[in-house]
Amino acid sequence: MYRNTVLICGGTGCHSNHSAEIYDKFVEEIAAKGIKEDVLLVKTGCFGLCAVGPVVIIYPEGAFYSTVSVSDVPELVSEHLIKGRLVERLIYKDKEVVTKALSETNFYKSQTRVALRNCGVINPEDIDEYIAYDGYQALIKVLTEMTPEEVIQTILDSGLRGRGGAGFPTGLKWRFCRNAQPDETGIKYVCCNADEGDPGAFMDRSILEGDPHAVIEAMAIAAYAIGASQGYIYVRAEYPIAVSRMRIAIGQAKEYGLLGKNILGLGFDFDLDIRLGSGAFVCGEETALMTSIEGKRGEPRPRPPFPANKGLFAKPTVLNNVETYANVAQIILKGPEWFASMGTEKSKGTKVFALGGKIVNTGLVEIPMGTTLRTVIEDIGGGIPNGKKFKAAQTGGPSGGCIPAQHMDVPIDFENLAAIGSIMGSGGLIVMDEDNCMVDIAKFFLLFTKDESCGKCTPCRIGTTRLLEYLDKITSGKGELSDLDEMEKLCYYIKDNALCGLGQTAPNPVLSTLRYFRDEYIAHIVDKKCPAGVCKALLSYEILDTCKGCTLCARNCPVNAISGAVKQVHKIDQSKCIKCGVCMDKCKFKAIVRK
Amino acid sequence: MKSIADIKAIREKMQAQIISRDNESEANEIRVVVGMATCGIAAGARPVFNELVDQVANRGIKHVKVTRTGCIGMCKLEPIVEVFVPGQEKVTYVHVDADKAKKIIDQHILGGKVCTEYLVGDEA
Repeated sequence: MYRNTVLICGGTGCHSNHSAEIYDKFVEEIAAKGIKEDVLLVKTGCFGLCAVGPVVIIYPEGAFYSTVSVSDVPELVSEHLIKGRLVERLIYKDKEVVTKALSETNFYKSQTRVALRNCGVINPEDIDEYIAYDGYQALIKVLTEMTPEEVIQTILDSGLRGRGGAGFPTGLKWRFCRNAQPDETGIKYVCCNADEGDPGAFMDRSILEGDPHAVIEAMAIAAYAIGASQGYIYVRAEYPIAVSRMRIAIGQAKEYGLLGKNILGLGFDFDLDIRLGSGAFVCGEETALMTSIEGKRGEPRPRPPFPANKGLFAKPTVLNNVETYANVAQIILKGPEWFASMGTEKSKGTKVFALGGKIVNTGLVEIPMGTTLRTVIEDIGGGIPNGKKFKAAQTGGPSGGCIPAQHMDVPIDFENLAAIGSIMGSGGLIVMDEDNCMVDIAKFFLLFTKDESCGKCTPCRIGTTRLLEYLDKITSGKGELSDLDEMEKLCYYIKDNALCGLGQTAPNPVLSTLRYFRDEYIAHIVDKKCPAGVCKALLSYEILDTCKGCTLCARNCPVNAISGAVKQVHKIDQSKCIKCGVCMDKCKFKAIVRK
Repeated sequence: MKSIADIKAIREKMQAQIISRDNESEANEIRVVVGMATCGIAAGARPVFNELVDQVANRGIKHVKVTRTGCIGMCKLEPIVEVFVPGQEKVTYVHVDADKAKKIIDQHILGGKVCTEYLVGDEA
């Protein structure tokens, strides 16, 4: 029996901050102190509070240590593990209050973890730990007690909707596929979309890294429900930790007879393979994803026929997102009523969001549907750093829109977000403060979609390029007021005519910023000013008379644009200035201003 | 290949092994705290702690959390074990050894009767 369990976050955020080395150091120190028999070391998935990583939690005390470094490990071992004294200086402080347990922090208090229930709790590379936390119990229940139709009805009754962004009822998708007439081979497929492409999104990645068996179990349940015996997980090669943990998990499941022929001796066959994507954004679109699995160039194809009838290799196919699958086993075990008791009228359950941008607690959060944006940003996210003001939150990545401050109290669900011009999307949530230029944000996303457009259809290929040209024109101070109307027209044209979801949603960032921040566009066009001070072509730096002539700015200017003698007021040569802002940052007398 | 019974056995074996990673402290949870600073360890707190952990685990006792703490200040009375039952006053046992630890589990934790003979008496 172990005396202590040490959980070390092995998610991508903490991993990049050397959590693997921290793990190795713990192994070394624990061996050196001769307490190897007493301490269980577990490398887990993401805890969610990535902003203060690397994170280490020690049980049974539940002590939550943040920003741990390799050099802290000997102290943690000798103080906490041997003497049982908490190392106060490393304990996470929530608003200056020392917090011992996770559940006491503002970050975790308003969260409900369903899809992330095992992330940061179990060792994702040990199937036995997953089993200890009720793993594969849902699969056993389904195979021994339920008919496929009952499984589908349960999912339907729970109200679970696709977490990839579109929000299509999962049970309905499964029913369509179950009822679809297969060809003479009788083959159907189950696929998992793990091609998470939105900039700033890492929900699916964290689930694959922290709880891979949950996805495997749910896919086996889906296969049973629709009558499939082969599945594919399509994941991007840029997620090396997720891919390797998934491989390990599939290997373990096969070894235990939870995948393969005659699962648990119950006469049901299901096998699962991984297909790696090369990171094209369009391959997150369902038809392009399946085309890519088929070994062809990842391009979308028109719907109908829908995948439920003619999907992968032209066979009936169910394709769900990682987070959707992560809810399935819990729904089977706890019942559809339990799941439907969370959330709003039409959006049940919880949703995972990846919080990023100008926010104190960058990380991964899971909230019941219907939670307001204000709770997410101010309570869970800890607000905006450096005392800045909230301006907008971008949801849904390049396909989504922004939510301005006046809509912060809208309960988050599929319908409400659509009504205010954004989308739920897969769960990226990027927070922007007063220093962000909304025209520049729209340009950033358009640049992304223009690059990622596969080029198959003209409205998307040419349309996004033209739209980006308008935004370039406006941010460089050459815009005209008529451009705004032209842009809007073009946006709707692209939306109505593009072949797939990528193109149809690409204009959303432009449309929503035009809707809520039109005055910023107008400032760029009429006043030739960027109110947030971001668009370089519309800025100038000037030195005030309060300049002491310390020469610091002149010495730091990378292009030698500043001239002036010692103790004399300096001057910036505007024709040479590249507007990098170094002079303003360096000036100790606040004598340089940006206009 | 495993059978359903095998999976059940793995689940039970693992659940017994795993220290609770639940971050919610339950309302009816009993905390048993062993003083394990240098003084406590020198006086023999480790076998006491191990006995408590093993008893709780092997007998599948729920709602009991065995943890360690630092020096309480009465080093000459170590090993010290304190029992916190929600809604009741804290009970402090002194000069505990492995046998006494077992009795504390039997009589106090499971039986609800304080082992008065191990209490801190006039010595303090």
